[in-house]
Amino acid sequence: MTIGLAHYLAVAAILFTIGVFGIFVNRKNVIVILMSIELILLAVNINLVAFSVYLGNVVGQIFAMFVLTVAAAEAAVGLAILVTFFRNRGDIAVDDASMMKG
Amino acid sequence: MTFTDNLALAVPEIVLALGSLGLLVVGAFAPKQTRLVGGGAVLVLLAAAVAAATQPFGEAFGGGLISDAAATFAKVAIYLASAVAIPLGLPWFERRGVRVFEFPVLVLLAALGMGMMASSGDLISLYVGVELSSLSLYVLAAMHRESPKASEAGLKYFVLGALSSGMLLYGASLVYGFSGSTLYSEIAAAAGSGADTGLLFGLVFLICGLAFKVSAAPFHMWTPDVYEGAPTPVVAFFAAAPKLAAMVLFARVLADGFAGAADQWQQVLVVLALISVAVGAFGGLVQKNLKRLWAYSSIANVGYAVLGLSSGTSDGVQAMLMFMILYMIDVTGFFACLAALSRDGRPMETIDDMAGLIKERPGLALAMTVFALSALGLPPFSGFWAKVFVFKAAIDAGLWVAAVIGLVGSVVAAFYYLRLIKVMWFDSSPGATDKPPVEARAIAAVTAIFAFPVVLVALAWLTPLAQRAALSLGLA
Repeated sequence: MTIGLAHYLAVAAILFTIGVFGIFVNRKNVIVILMSIELILLAVNINLVAFSVYLGNVVGQIFAMFVLTVAAAEAAVGLAILVTFFRNRGDIAVDDASMMKG
Repeated sequence: MTFTDNLALAVPEIVLALGSLGLLVVGAFAPKQTRLVGGGAVLVLLAAAVAAATQPFGEAFGGGLISDAAATFAKVAIYLASAVAIPLGLPWFERRGVRVFEFPVLVLLAALGMGMMASSGDLISLYVGVELSSLSLYVLAAMHRESPKASEAGLKYFVLGALSSGMLLYGASLVYGFSGSTLYSEIAAAAGSGADTGLLFGLVFLICGLAFKVSAAPFHMWTPDVYEGAPTPVVAFFAAAPKLAAMVLFARVLADGFAGAADQWQQVLVVLALISVAVGAFGGLVQKNLKRLWAYSSIANVGYAVLGLSSGTSDGVQAMLMFMILYMIDVTGFFACLAALSRDGRPMETIDDMAGLIKERPGLALAMTVFALSALGLPPFSGFWAKVFVFKAAIDAGLWVAAVIGLVGSVVAAFYYLRLIKVMWFDSSPGATDKPPVEARAIAAVTAIFAFPVVLVALAWLTPLAQRAALSLGLA
């Protein structure tokens, strides 16, 4: 069996779904949410690179480089916000982020 | 096209990028000089606005950056709205003992990102613009580090914003894969006579991601919490400019990239618009906190803007642009009023806090009355004209049912606007308020005067600009 475009897209779709579920179903730790976000971005990268090779067009790989760079910046900003949250609350449980509701 | 020609089309972006880096260095060496950095940032934004207003039209960097009437229109509005946020925000932070020179720098970076969103011609520049503005906005929301609510707001904004970027990006990857290009013009060629399944799938993800950014329901979950928790002047900033930038980006992607698939995205947008109007109208009924209430109001208002866009015509885009400009001015003024009001050093944020305000602070109470009536859509205030444009465009495009539902929604929402006015004018005051700061009062006064008499003159001047902007996008 040869591994074709469809296989890569399926893997990316599964990773994307796991990432989205990781954000919504996870009730424990905000770090897990950050990991889920990374998973979503990596799913997108698999998509982009697979399409790029399939189309014989290098733009997808350039796009993937941009996504990697921005993902690093995003993780840095996310962790910084998480640190201020931890300083105010002394905990990073997801259920703790519930001062505001309604 | 030479490299210099490319740079000439990106002058506003270059001014902002160099300005923000320069001011960051100034701030790093003289962290106490927040006023200096703030003043410099306002000057940089004004210079960028002038550059945007006078720059030539064309496409730079292989079509990645588009300079046209729509980009100019949006950029001037975005830069000016950002320039207002700095004098409103810096003294507010200083009064709370937070000296943050990063605040003006982050506003500059957000403005740069929003400008890029408005003039993107390619999915990559779209993504970079969206992320640059979003990352700055996440930090701005959590800027007041000692406040538990602000850090919670920042965290929620970050998590849901990152999720929305992920969806946007997944959509972009599918659009790239099924059309073979990231340039809007080439996507338009691939989607020429309706999008096929893969492209449509990508488009829907793209629309979901953008709907998150403009806080259209059902992707609005972050809005009330972020508005309530974030510092009030920061809310005044991100209730206005980022919404316009995201709506212009929305229009550009749909008009330049998917004009051929208009029938397909029109249905999605009508549904988004109607759910937003309903959620905004009914969700606001039970709110006690005014910032939260105005979050629901913004969800409803974005619904009207999306309704204008969903008509799929150039008139619809024009209506959306006019609506967003008038809405931006209203919402900035309203949050400036909230930033100005406090009692015994505590901010006044609930509807009950506003009891009898007309006797305590007649000027601010009058301004808030104007903004509430304008948001309600009462003639002759600016909000009325904004809604007239949108409903007219929707009806002209045959969206009768949607326009009627939108009208019903604004009648329901009238309840909470009128309740605020009733509490301010007829209830008895619980005590004296603190002296409001001059800059917030000035911004509230100017925007309130715009919302009523000036708007009648300004409409004649804004309409042709919005029309030219709408015509420069690829819809008939």
